[in-house]
Amino acid sequence: MLRSLSCNGVVMTNSFTIPDFVLASPEIFLLSMACLVLVADLFISEKNRVLTYVLAQLSLLGTLILTIYVAPAEATYTFSGTYVSDPMGTLLKTAIYFITASVFLYSRSYLMDRDIFKGEYYVLGLFGVLGMMIMVSAHNFLTIYLGLELLSLSLYAMVAFHKESMQASEAAMKYFILGAIASGMLLYGMSMFYGATGTLDLGELATAIQGKESNDIVLIFGLVFVIVGLAFKLGAVPFHMWVPDVYHGAPTSVTMFISSAPKIAGFALFMRLLAEGMADMHAGWQDMLVILSVLSLAVGNIIALAQTNLKRMLAYSTISHVGFILLGILAGTTDGYSASMFYIITYAATAMAAFALIIILSKRGSEADELDNLKGLSKRSPWIAFMMLLLMFSMTGVPPTVGFYAKLLVLQAIVNIDMVWLAIVAVGFSVIGAFYYLRVIKMMFFDEADSVEPLEVSAEMNVMFSANSLAVLFVGLFPGALMAVCIAALA
Amino acid sequence: MQNLFLTIALAPLVGSILAGLFGKQIGRTASHWVTISGVAVSCALSFYVMKLFLIDGMASYNESVYTWLVSDGIKFEVGFLVDKLTAIMLVVVTFVSLMVHIYTIGYMKDDPGYQRFFSYIALFTFSMLMLVMANNFMQLFFGWEAVGLVSYLLIGFWYTRDTAIFANLKAFLVNRVGDFGFLLGIAAVLMYTGSLDYATVFAKIPGLTETTMQIFPGVDWSVITVMGILLFVGAMGKSAQVPLHVWLPDSMEGPTPISALIHAATMVTAGIFMVARMSPIYEFTTTALTFILFIGAVTALFMGFLGLIQNDIKRVVAYSTLSQLGYMTVALGASAYSAAIFHLMTHAFFKALLFLGAGAVIIAMHHEQDMRKMGGLRKYMPITYITSLIGSLALIGFPGFAGFFSKDTIIEAVHLSTTLDHATWVHTFAYYAILAGVFITALYSFRMFFLVFHGKERMDDHTREHLHECSAVVTVPLILLAIPSVVAGYFLGDVVFGDYFGDAIMFSESKNVIGMLGEDYHGIVGFIQHGIMGPAFWLALAGLFTAWFIYMKRPDIADTAKQKLGFLHKLLDNKYYMDDLYIKGFAAGGRLLGKGLWKQGDVNVIDGLMVNGSAAVINWFAGVARVVQTGHLYHYAFAMILGLLGLLSWFILGA
Repeated sequence: MLRSLSCNGVVMTNSFTIPDFVLASPEIFLLSMACLVLVADLFISEKNRVLTYVLAQLSLLGTLILTIYVAPAEATYTFSGTYVSDPMGTLLKTAIYFITASVFLYSRSYLMDRDIFKGEYYVLGLFGVLGMMIMVSAHNFLTIYLGLELLSLSLYAMVAFHKESMQASEAAMKYFILGAIASGMLLYGMSMFYGATGTLDLGELATAIQGKESNDIVLIFGLVFVIVGLAFKLGAVPFHMWVPDVYHGAPTSVTMFISSAPKIAGFALFMRLLAEGMADMHAGWQDMLVILSVLSLAVGNIIALAQTNLKRMLAYSTISHVGFILLGILAGTTDGYSASMFYIITYAATAMAAFALIIILSKRGSEADELDNLKGLSKRSPWIAFMMLLLMFSMTGVPPTVGFYAKLLVLQAIVNIDMVWLAIVAVGFSVIGAFYYLRVIKMMFFDEADSVEPLEVSAEMNVMFSANSLAVLFVGLFPGALMAVCIAALA
Repeated sequence: MQNLFLTIALAPLVGSILAGLFGKQIGRTASHWVTISGVAVSCALSFYVMKLFLIDGMASYNESVYTWLVSDGIKFEVGFLVDKLTAIMLVVVTFVSLMVHIYTIGYMKDDPGYQRFFSYIALFTFSMLMLVMANNFMQLFFGWEAVGLVSYLLIGFWYTRDTAIFANLKAFLVNRVGDFGFLLGIAAVLMYTGSLDYATVFAKIPGLTETTMQIFPGVDWSVITVMGILLFVGAMGKSAQVPLHVWLPDSMEGPTPISALIHAATMVTAGIFMVARMSPIYEFTTTALTFILFIGAVTALFMGFLGLIQNDIKRVVAYSTLSQLGYMTVALGASAYSAAIFHLMTHAFFKALLFLGAGAVIIAMHHEQDMRKMGGLRKYMPITYITSLIGSLALIGFPGFAGFFSKDTIIEAVHLSTTLDHATWVHTFAYYAILAGVFITALYSFRMFFLVFHGKERMDDHTREHLHECSAVVTVPLILLAIPSVVAGYFLGDVVFGDYFGDAIMFSESKNVIGMLGEDYHGIVGFIQHGIMGPAFWLALAGLFTAWFIYMKRPDIADTAKQKLGFLHKLLDNKYYMDDLYIKGFAAGGRLLGKGLWKQGDVNVIDGLMVNGSAAVINWFAGVARVVQTGHLYHYAFAMILGLLGLLSWFILGA
């Protein structure tokens, strides 16, 4: 599965190599567009601010078209092997575009209501997307780090975006400091690999590791640090502490963003670093991921029970889902990878919709992110409540929603590598987790509402939210197509 | 041929579905038309089948229609076995059902549940036909349960009455006990023969005579006996034999037409039919037959006693049904299967007649059922009077009426069986029990007859002013049922003593009481002459006379007897305390046990300790664990460092 050292798409001359810019044209286009939006925003008057939004969406659309247009059929490298374009990258990027575009759409009214409908939000978002694209396509420790930091810095700023909110500032500060520590650890781990193998290139790293002793102390040391860095980005226990606070503190539209697209990029990091770069150390990182996964499932599901705030509850729910995603990765088989990929993509869409509900419930000047706000929702808006029911079912893993199928695939992968006990543990914690999802449903349908005034939902939000939720059901009913795409991307 | 039988079974079902699902849309009149047409088609075709057998000499039909599933070599099929035994049941069931359908138009005229009622009785007819036409145990069981279900629905037809709900629940539960035995019996058949198909099973039974099984360690029981008794336990439930009889009197809570159809003429005789159908099994087990004989004798006599003290007109008929079912069971126990089926047939006609007659009285009395408030109805309701008289005479076995022939045959057969090699004290007891039963039958039948139709008019003025004969839809079925109540008996020679049943019923030579009786049979007239000489006739006359003397001549005797024999009256009034035993003993005990298990087992251990306990532990843990999330940055960083150290030490030290 690993590439040979020959670099396709690189024109060799005597002294200087001209890289193949075409492969990276989506990134280049998006960077240009982000800069354009930034500048254009300066000249757009306050009441025409919606233009910025339209421009941002157009940028994403253009990037999507370019990405698909230039996508090679098989892995192709450029920039001296630091950048790779392959089917997995194309799929993950496409997912990221779609999710980001949806987040932008959901966010608009929320930002307007809070008078923070500023161009910066979209510019930062676009830069974040650029960071994610680089992460997905990175094939070198340095490009990985570059993408990761570009994303992280954008996110730190977005969390603090609501300047008047103390909570948001505090969350941003925590995120920034902890993120810096994690980045430091990741870099430290990378440096050890460099020390042991003398290369930063993932392909060369894979070859170099092959000859090494499996218990080489430096490699294991490096591996632990790299995994700590990755685990932090994905929010796996015990490197999850930032997740609830940041999810809670950040403006909901930002939380929605953090909880969805970057997880896909995080998954890409795991794939690039572990599955491609360190395939031969599978035994080592499998054990580590088992620990992280079980801890995430346990802590995520159990502590979520005690939450009264919907955003915090969803934060812990994310942690538990990360446990599931790690399960698929640690299987180390194509089945496992594709199952995880299916899981992360569908989860990102589901989580995004769940946060969208908070936006729908929120009114100007007040956040509706407490669980109590959901009481009696079915009487205020039966349709919205039913959509939320689909989402909660999906997160629980109730058929025929997509969440069931995703869990099934991951568990299958785990059972296939004879780790039945792990599957049982995962299912056991899912059962515990079912409680808090079902409690949401119970509150919506069986509890008395504090106010019975009908919920006002703009047509745009209603359509988007319904489509999003129904997709959760639809993909659950017909999972074949998406699954085929995931398998094809890894073939 | 297959289509013919399918039509017989399915025509009532079609009617039932139309009236049941679309009753609101098609209205009341159309509802009774579709169901009556369905049953009429079945009835006409049933007579046609009878004609095919009798005149055209058709052979028995035994084919599978549809294989539902095959599991481990065992076939679950829908199939028809139609021989002369089936044919007689087809005629009885569809004819009585048709009469009841027509009668219902009058009886249920003002009931809001009109369509529902027609749908139910048509569904019942379908179920009963499936039962009697079955050629395998699975279909038999289907029909068995389906008639039980419809019976349940119809007893509780007036579901707003507490007594009706109590009665249908009681019927359902008591039948569960019987059906449990029945199911075990079918399981035993399947276990030892590996098939559910009648023909296959019967072919294998002779090879099992030496096979034994141990239900309790150390006691060997003949497999055939176990099968026979278990299957008969099912019959005891369905045909209301002691001690599973308690549901039948209460079932009178249902509308009268279904009392006639289900709880007198057809469903309750399903057990009798089943045992006759299984004669190839029972003929190999004297023990089971003796058991059947005993149960039947007890039912025939002791249920008759209870009829003496009832004041509700329908309950008198109900207890007489119980007692007559006992006669049929006795006949089965004496291996006189054809006599049992013959009595089943005659009884179906005259008992349906009596019930519908009682129903006519109830209509005229504005749904008053207490006989103490009737009397002298003869002049107001002449047709009902005449037909009820015919029914009563048939019931007590007056010479010339249908019941005489069938009942006398049974008595003679049992008498003969006491002389056979395998006879025991049970046979003797049975003979005297059913002989005494004749007197009792005559006594309670004519007590009712005199109380209702003769004597002082005890109803209030308002009721009296409105007394008149019922409409034609009520009286025509009465007349049509009165005819076979007389003439059905004249087929005695053909059906019982002739070779009518052929191989549908099996006799072993040593037990062939009917064959032995047949040697002395010289036509109807001779049979009547012989009957008049016998004790049964004189006992019946004595009963009739006693009833006339007590209730017409000297009404004070009844009161005196009631006071003098207070304890006896109390015993009978409380139905031998069997209801109390079941309700206060088994039912209350079961509830107590259930409550105990629920409180201790479910609430405390399973719910309390295991379910809620684990939830509470997790909840507590969640509460504790969330404290870790302090909000302090340095705690978070510290947790990361700890995690890093943990992973490092795990792998470096572990490696």
